Amino acid sequence: MTPVPSSPATPVPAARPAGEEGRRAGRDRHLPLLDARGAVDHAGAAARFTAQGDRTTWHDGALWFVREKRDRAASAVEEWEALRALASAIKAHTLSRLDDYLVQFERAATARGITVHWARDAEEHNAIVHGILAASGARLVVKSKSMLTEECGLNPYLEGRGVEVVDTDLGERIVQLRGEPPSHIVMPAIHLTKAEIGETFHERLGTPAGEDDPDRLTLAARVHLRERFLSADAAITGVNFAIAETGGVVVCTNEGNADLGMALAPVHIACMGIEKLIPRAADLGVFLRLLARSATGQASTVYASHVHAPRHGQAMHVVLVDHGRSAQLGHRDFWQSLKCIRCAACINTCPVYRRSGGYSYGSTIPGPIGAVLNPGRDLRRYATLPFASTLCGSCSAVCPVQVDLDAQLLKWRAQVVQGGHVAAGKRWGMRALRTVLADAEWLQLAGRAARTALRLFPARVARRLAGGWGIARALPPAPARSFRDWYRQRRAGGA
Amino acid sequence: MRVALFAPCFIDQLAPRAAIAALRVLERLGVEVTVAEQAACCGQPLTNAGFVADGDAVLARLAEALPSDGAVVVLSGSCALHLRAHGAHAGARGARLAGRTVEFCAFLHDTVGRERLRALGAEWRVRAAVHVGCHALRGLGLGVPSERRLDAIGAPDVVRAVLAEVRGLSLVTLARPDECCGFGGSFSVDEPHVSVRMGSDRLRDMRGAGAQAIITTDLSCGLHLQGVGAAAGEALPVWHVAEVLAGMADGSITATGAVA
Repeated sequence: MTPVPSSPATPVPAARPAGEEGRRAGRDRHLPLLDARGAVDHAGAAARFTAQGDRTTWHDGALWFVREKRDRAASAVEEWEALRALASAIKAHTLSRLDDYLVQFERAATARGITVHWARDAEEHNAIVHGILAASGARLVVKSKSMLTEECGLNPYLEGRGVEVVDTDLGERIVQLRGEPPSHIVMPAIHLTKAEIGETFHERLGTPAGEDDPDRLTLAARVHLRERFLSADAAITGVNFAIAETGGVVVCTNEGNADLGMALAPVHIACMGIEKLIPRAADLGVFLRLLARSATGQASTVYASHVHAPRHGQAMHVVLVDHGRSAQLGHRDFWQSLKCIRCAACINTCPVYRRSGGYSYGSTIPGPIGAVLNPGRDLRRYATLPFASTLCGSCSAVCPVQVDLDAQLLKWRAQVVQGGHVAAGKRWGMRALRTVLADAEWLQLAGRAARTALRLFPARVARRLAGGWGIARALPPAPARSFRDWYRQRRAGGA
Repeated sequence: MRVALFAPCFIDQLAPRAAIAALRVLERLGVEVTVAEQAACCGQPLTNAGFVADGDAVLARLAEALPSDGAVVVLSGSCALHLRAHGAHAGARGARLAGRTVEFCAFLHDTVGRERLRALGAEWRVRAAVHVGCHALRGLGLGVPSERRLDAIGAPDVVRAVLAEVRGLSLVTLARPDECCGFGGSFSVDEPHVSVRMGSDRLRDMRGAGAQAIITTDLSCGLHLQGVGAAAGEALPVWHVAEVLAGMADGSITATGAVA
């Protein structure tokens, strides 16, 4: 339903102005609660999501469909693995001298008449964007999909200052009309059914009650959005790639909404995380071949628009945003996560995401990449996310820039423990487990006790005692002897 | 040929039949097998929970308990991957162990060879679903995952190649051949609802394809799948590849207790 990404990002809704309390409450009602330790309660939110069995079935199926499309698209490119390796190497190289490339980009962009701004964090980013809009007296802004502006909490910031922001990506407009955040970075409304969208459009756009035909709903959105495009004072877009050599940016969409916005409005502001850079125009093809195939299984996005200068009479700005990226870049174990091009392939393939829903991650970017990026921003708040994975490794296998996501998830788990973000009970439990697992005699003793208990307790009682295991799982049958017991007896001539 | 057989902690305690089966299969193949009685656990439960130093300490103890040379055949893809990937963090002995670690099916496929396997004469007339653990599949490369199908052309599928030497066995085709079962170690208790949901989805796929039993490289996945199935009153019996080769899975298709 929606296009391919636009912008960079990492998580954490920025502080929102007081005037936005009502809206924030509306958006936050979809986000998971924090647990007793102040961390996102992913397991709790996932439990609520899976309790709606049909929705889980359908959500899982919708994303699996996208994953299979990706598989077919990727397997149609003979040199797919070579492309992945090349893209990964280009990103690694760029990140290794990001400071140089950023300055080169600024110089080239400035020479083309683009004004370049530098933002240390979300607050600076929002203030810069608002400053540009205020200076031109803009009251209505059309915005194409940008996970960076979502990460920075730009919409509520601007709305609190009297600027109306209309998200023009269809999926984003749907969730905006519902007062919800996106649940996915490429398909923001993937958690909604046609009927739910029909209901929202009936309430907000006046479509007939009960209308859930996708074509008619899309047409209604088109008419509604067209009015905003024609009267917008400014257009904000994300950026998929910024080219240091040329000073231009590339924006990929399926709906052409970014193009229409920036073609019509007198002011264009492109917002990007600093990791969106690639060195040369010649590198772009490598990424364009990977991006759409990885994201939606398309050979190419419908639009891949190159913006290298303002139109005649238009003002064009690029805002370069750090917001925690430099810190992540400086982290020996996690800098590779900045290679991410926000295709969401890891999210679509993740068997946990498909069954827990985007909101369970409590951040703009969900799924495996979210669970790797977010802890770098706030380890305490996102301490649970690295554990929201079976470490099946499918994420790493699909990543078009070869981020070793499952390995990074494991490394974050160690950081969470070292940082003291696990419950004392777990700490003690692990200490006891170490004693048992390190020593064969302890293991035999503990195992014998456990197997005896399994035989003695009625199955229902045993399941209750088994905590999380027992919620909907029988306990294993308890053999009379361990393998070592059997082996000893055999050696003694018994078995 | 002499190897050490390592039956991981949970197999030792909860599924000893699989270890007995592996021992019998290897001995019938003419392999001299030692079982280190002081071997306990590879440490993965601790490391994957984030307690890396504890996990490495457990791994170091295992490295001491196992013989210092010769192949170590591990009866779990996940534990084998853990030893390979983390052995180097557990001293010089651990690092050497990493290089000598081989998963059971991989040992049969690469070292013993299919011809000698055929001579075992294993037979089981059943329609079964194969569950290759994610670590065995992606970590050890026992097959090529579905998301990398281009690379699968001509690549060996170790587990299916081994099972091809079992007469009468037919393997069903799953809609999602390698979807994770949702076990994931501590994930199974930290995130029980998603874990169980993944398990029941996996079972539904297998049942829908007409499977009468599950054959796996990883009984940790197997115990989870069996637990999910049994609680829902629709268990599929789960067998390790070794049990199938040993003829111990024969004729025992019941809805309960197959793992032990």
